[in-house]
Amino acid sequence: MITCAEAVRQLWEYLDGVVEETDREAIEEHLSFCRRCCGELDFAEELRHFLARPDEPGLPDDVKARLLATLTELAGPA
Amino acid sequence: MQRVVCADEPTAAVASTGRAFHALAERELPRLYRLARRLVGDEAEDAVQDALLKGYRAYASLDDEVAAPAWLTAILVNCCRDRGRAKGRRVEETELEDADEFSLYRKIAAEDPFPYSDSLHLDFLHQFGREDVRAVLAELPELYRLPLVLCYCEGYHVKEIAYLLEVPLGTMLARLHRGRKLFERTLWDYAERHGLLKESARR
Repeated sequence: MITCAEAVRQLWEYLDGVVEETDREAIEEHLSFCRRCCGELDFAEELRHFLARPDEPGLPDDVKARLLATLTELAGPA
Repeated sequence: MQRVVCADEPTAAVASTGRAFHALAERELPRLYRLARRLVGDEAEDAVQDALLKGYRAYASLDDEVAAPAWLTAILVNCCRDRGRAKGRRVEETELEDADEFSLYRKIAAEDPFPYSDSLHLDFLHQFGREDVRAVLAELPELYRLPLVLCYCEGYHVKEIAYLLEVPLGTMLARLHRGRKLFERTLWDYAERHGLLKESARR
């Protein structure tokens, strides 16, 4: 049986799908009865979505013009 | 910048390679720039310029056209990593040891910043706008930001990230782990510094 600390330490890896099979089973067993760790798991999942959120603005016209100029200088016209 | 033309290479072949590279890079520019913004922020344009230069030099030796976008992405990721190295912000070990022990979940529960909330942890995250998340990511050292962004913003598998950044898988797993912890701690510090924890700041 693993402790809360051990389960929590591996939660992200568990969500990323990079833990060993035996570790995965141990974590799932722990989560099946530990409500506190389920809270941590939900939060870890929220944090993952949260990280995926920041959209960067598109390629600004002036930057695009400069990069295309570099490209033409390097490789010649398209 | 001068084009490099080998004396024994037919000019027509060079022009054709140039055209093909130009077409590839032009197609990929928006995607490459967006990725570079996430990886190195304001240095994105310079990183893409570096990648175009390196990519063009190596393009003739690329034999699989289908793999070209992924190949150019790998070059860009390396250029972003090199920019981070050149800046060379050293990460204090003690700073990281603290971060290893940090749990944002427990910190929020213990500090209870919104006493009237019945979904404290989500409310904490909702205080952050897109700009804030970007700013928090920008505060992290490149060593940790690059794997985090590639994994959680861009959806790369950890094995691919280890390959792209040229480190062993075990090292990359450890770096991602520390990166997440550092991200959690930086979120909390940022919220405190920017007044996001005040009841009045709630959006």
